[in-house]
This record gives sequence, structure tokens and C-alpha cells, in this order.
Amino acid sequence: MCTIKSNTMQEKRNIITRRDFIRNGVRGSCLLALGGVVGLLSSRSRANNTVWQIDPYRCIACGNCATYCVLEVSAVKCVHKFAMCGYCKLCTGYFEPQPNALNTGAENQLCPTGAIKRGFVEDPYYEYIIDEPLCIGCGKCVKGCNAFGNGSLFLQVRHDRCLNCNNCAIATACPSQAFRRVSADQPYLLKGKD
Amino acid sequence: MLWKSLEGKSQLLLFSTRVNRHLRFTSFTIFIFVLLVLPDVAFGVERFPPPQFDDHELPVTTVPEPRRDLYEYLDVAALLAALSLASYLALKKRSRRGVFLLGIFSLLYFGFWRKGCVCSIGATQNIVLALFESGYTAPITVIAFFILPLIFTLFFGRTFCAAVCPLGAIQDVVAIRPIKVPSWLEHALRLLPYIYLSAAVLFAATGSAFIICEYDPFVAFFRRSGSLNMLILGACFLLVGVFVGRPYCRFLCPYGVMLNLVSKASKWHVTITPGECIQCRLCEDSCPFGSIERPTQELRIHNRAEGKKMLAILISLLPLFIALSSWLGVLISPALSRVHATVSLAERVWLEDTGKIEETTDASEAFRRTGRPTEELYNEALTLKKRFTFGGGMFGAFIGLVIGIKLINLSIRRRRMDYEVNRGTCLSCGRCFSYCPIEHVRLKKSS
Repeated sequence: MCTIKSNTMQEKRNIITRRDFIRNGVRGSCLLALGGVVGLLSSRSRANNTVWQIDPYRCIACGNCATYCVLEVSAVKCVHKFAMCGYCKLCTGYFEPQPNALNTGAENQLCPTGAIKRGFVEDPYYEYIIDEPLCIGCGKCVKGCNAFGNGSLFLQVRHDRCLNCNNCAIATACPSQAFRRVSADQPYLLKGKD
Repeated sequence: MLWKSLEGKSQLLLFSTRVNRHLRFTSFTIFIFVLLVLPDVAFGVERFPPPQFDDHELPVTTVPEPRRDLYEYLDVAALLAALSLASYLALKKRSRRGVFLLGIFSLLYFGFWRKGCVCSIGATQNIVLALFESGYTAPITVIAFFILPLIFTLFFGRTFCAAVCPLGAIQDVVAIRPIKVPSWLEHALRLLPYIYLSAAVLFAATGSAFIICEYDPFVAFFRRSGSLNMLILGACFLLVGVFVGRPYCRFLCPYGVMLNLVSKASKWHVTITPGECIQCRLCEDSCPFGSIERPTQELRIHNRAEGKKMLAILISLLPLFIALSSWLGVLISPALSRVHATVSLAERVWLEDTGKIEETTDASEAFRRTGRPTEELYNEALTLKKRFTFGGGMFGAFIGLVIGIKLINLSIRRRRMDYEVNRGTCLSCGRCFSYCPIEHVRLKKSS
């Protein structure tokens, strides 16, 4: 009886040491593997992060940006590249297709929130400035400007608002694959030369 | 496209008849201009030369900087601090209350304050994408979020799950009336995370999607906004979580798979009793996650021989298992590849071009507007499909391996004398501590 007991004790101790040995081995190799992954990735990784941005040349202004963003008011807003603008009196990004008159009356405006401010510069030129807090990123003006204008209005992710989700909800809903990760150093993809 | 521009022109025509007479000249010139230029591709074309102003300065397009990285470094510091504190509270202090309070803090900080992004579970996909796609580099903070919990688990067990993960914490809070999941169901459901993980790896490696983030059931709560479906899913998980302890952690979490495996080799781990187990059975049903293992009964001799035979058969069947499920993986790879936007777009365009489908989608119209040759798209899709065939095979093989090993594990009987935690599945939450009489003796002594 006594020998059996001491045998099982011995066995138990043996099992434990063997298990501990395996455990230590596995732990060591896990650490090595993790170290390898970190080394590999951090050797390529730059200190700065990536952010989401819209390629304006791919964007079709479908309107998903206004509704799919996780923010209540989308982080995507319309941006105006003034150097490209034709300063048209009849701006198809500003006016409805059949306006009653070419003035700033709400019923003539294409923008559902009246976020574009129209100002007179000199005859016959008018300037269009986006009132960003009002813009919801629906892209209606972008569509109008692209169709009959110079395309100086386009959508961009505004990084003062963007939460930079790991998986951008608009990017997954974007039909034209216009969203992509860009370096946080150059977080905008603006139209035009500079 | 042509039809649309024609429609636009007619609108302009109507429009020009409406406006005042003195406006007519300008609109007419614009109209003529539009007529002349429109046949071109309507995409950022300079139809009206920008005017040169003498005394008007053009406003500058503002480009607000991304939010400072400071927060992200703060997140890493908070993660490190929370992991250390969780390990201390669970292993050294043995305080369930401390672990719970830390969990609440993590829920508030990582969850509701930092909106649950980036999290360690989702970071897995960034790591995989960075490993497979040379164009993408994972940010340092994301690497830290992926690696730190794994390293801590390697030494202290899954203390990350106990009190640091916001997804775990939100379920821990609602686990009020947990019931015991039948053993067979528990074993079967525990296979789901492996499938989820390998699917997530497949889709991340091919650059198709980040499914872990897309189907994160609780992130909609953390952001307090989200699609209705995800909110309903999250609510369901919480509702089920009242009766089944931490359903997401146990039966879905893909990061939990890695923590489970790593935790098996942990240097230290939470124990039920601070001293020797006296086999009083009081802790037997204390674990809501089914992670306490009972002492095994002595096995009879002929049982043992049968078990050995069974084991030998299972081990020799393992390669067959892997081959079979790998083949199944290759079979379903065309369906899997459709998750990638390029592949689904190419298929759509092909269907439209061959006249099998009449109507177009936003995606196919957007593609045609770019003027890219369809051949190029098809080739790109074909390369992706090939990658998916290989990936699908690996995906299947991995699942076959997991199921095979699960069966082998089930037929191995380890002798256990005491009540012990299962190092892999134990979440180190500390619920069992107070059930142990030895623990009460310890607490009395220390006070």
C-alpha cells in the first residue's frame, strides 16, 4: 500500500515536471514567434498611422457617405478647390436643375441644408463657399459640379471629425472603391495640381 | 451616361428659357460651352477656365489635421497599466471585486470613451494584412494592442479577458443568471471561434474585408450609433449573456482562440484555491463559463485499452480529416472570393456584358465611368480568385486540423486529483475564489 502510494507520488511529480518542461518550451517558442512578428512589422512600420480618405477621381457621389458613417453627421464633407472653380454664375453644383431664378432663394438651391454660400465677386463671377458645419456629405453638389462644371467640388473625409475606425463603415459601403488608407502625413487627396 | 448628359442639356435648355432677359446671354454662352464640351468624360473636366481676379484673393481649401496621436499612445499606456493591474488583482490579490471594478473602468474607458476602436480583437486583422500586403504597414499602436495581451497571457493567463477587454466587460456585467451549457454543446460551440478566426485571417490576408470589425456586436453600443441590424445583434448577445456567461467571448471571439492556446503555456495562472484543494466540491458549479474541471474517476483497465485504440485511430485519421476539409475549403472558395469587392464587381460586369443581367449597379456604373478595360478587371479578379483557392484550401485544412485535434483531445483522459481551472478557457475573472473554504481561511488570517 505504502509503495503504491509513493509510486503514484513519484509519478505525479514526474508528470508535473514533464508538463512544466513542455509548457516552458511552448512559452519560449511563443515569445520568440511574437518577437519575430513584432520585429518584422515594426521594421516596416512608420511611426505615423494611416487614415481613411476618398479618392475624388474615383468617387461617384452616390450619397452613401452621408448615411453610412458611424457619426451622426458624417465625417465626410464637401471640399471646394477654389483654383479649379469656374466661378460660374449658373453653378450646377449650387442651383437646382430648374431654378425659378438665379438667386440665393432656398427653393433654388440644390444643397438640402443650404451649406453652400454664394457670393458676388465681379461680373459675371460668383464665389461658392462651403459652410462646413452645415454640410452633411450627401454629394449632391459634387454630382452637379462634376456633370456640368469643372469638378472643383468634391468629397473628402474631414479628419477633425473622423474617428478613424479600423474598418471604415463608409468604405465597406462605397460602390466605387474610392476609400483607401493614406498616410497620416498627407491625409487629403485633393483635386488639382498642388 | 450619354442619356444623362442629354437629360441635363434639355434641363439647361428649359432653364435658359425661364431666366430673366439680361441673364440670358451668360447662361446661353454657358449652355453653348456645355454643349461643346460635354461629349468628353464628365469627370473633373475643366469646362470653364478659372477666372483671373485682380483684386480678389482665392480662399484656401482648409485641410484640418488628423486628431493627435497622443490619445493612441495614452491608450497603449492605459492598456499596459490595466493589464498589469488585472494580473496583480487576479493572481496576487485574488480580489474578484477588484477585477470587476477594473472591468467597469475598461468598459468605460476603452469602450464608451474611446469608442471601442482600436481593440485587440480587431488588431489581429491589421497584423495579418500587414504580413500579407507589403503596401500596408500596421501602426505601432495597433501592434501594441495585438501583442501586449498575448505576452501578458503567456505569463499570467487570460487576465486581459477578465478585466481589460471592453467586449468582455460589457458581457461580464450582464451575466446575472448564468446556466450551465451542456458539455457536448459547449465543446461543439467552442469550435466556432476557430472558424471565425480563420475566416477573418483569410479575408484580411486577401484585403477583402475586416469581418471582425464589421460584425462586432458591441461596438454599436460603444459608439451609440450603428446600423439597426448590428444594434439588434448586440442586444441579442447581451440578452443571451444574461443566461449564458459571456457568449461572445466563449463561442465567437477570434482573439480568444489565440489567448486560449497561449494561456495553456502560461507561467503563472489563477487557481481556485490559494492552498491545497480539499475536494469539498463547493466550487464545482461556481464557474459561469464552464472552466472548472472536476477530478477524474479512476479508469478501469479495459477502458484504457479501448481508449488507446480509439486514440490511435483518430490520430491516423487526422491527415484524412485535414485533406477532406481542405478540399471542401477549395470548393467553397469561389463563394468566399465574392467578399472581395473586385471579384464581385468583375462578376457583375461579366454578367452585364454577356447580357445575363439587364440592370446595372452603382458599382458597375462607377467602373464603366473610369474607362478601365474590362480585361484588366477580369485579370485582377482571376489573380484574386487564385489566391482565394489557395487560401480556401488553407482555411479548410486549418478547420480540419482543429476538429481533428478536438476529437483527439476528447479521447485523451488526463488524471486529475483536484478541482482545477482549465487554463485555456479560464478567463481569470475570480468568481470561484469566494467558493473555496481555504480562501476564507486565508482572508481571515490576513485581516
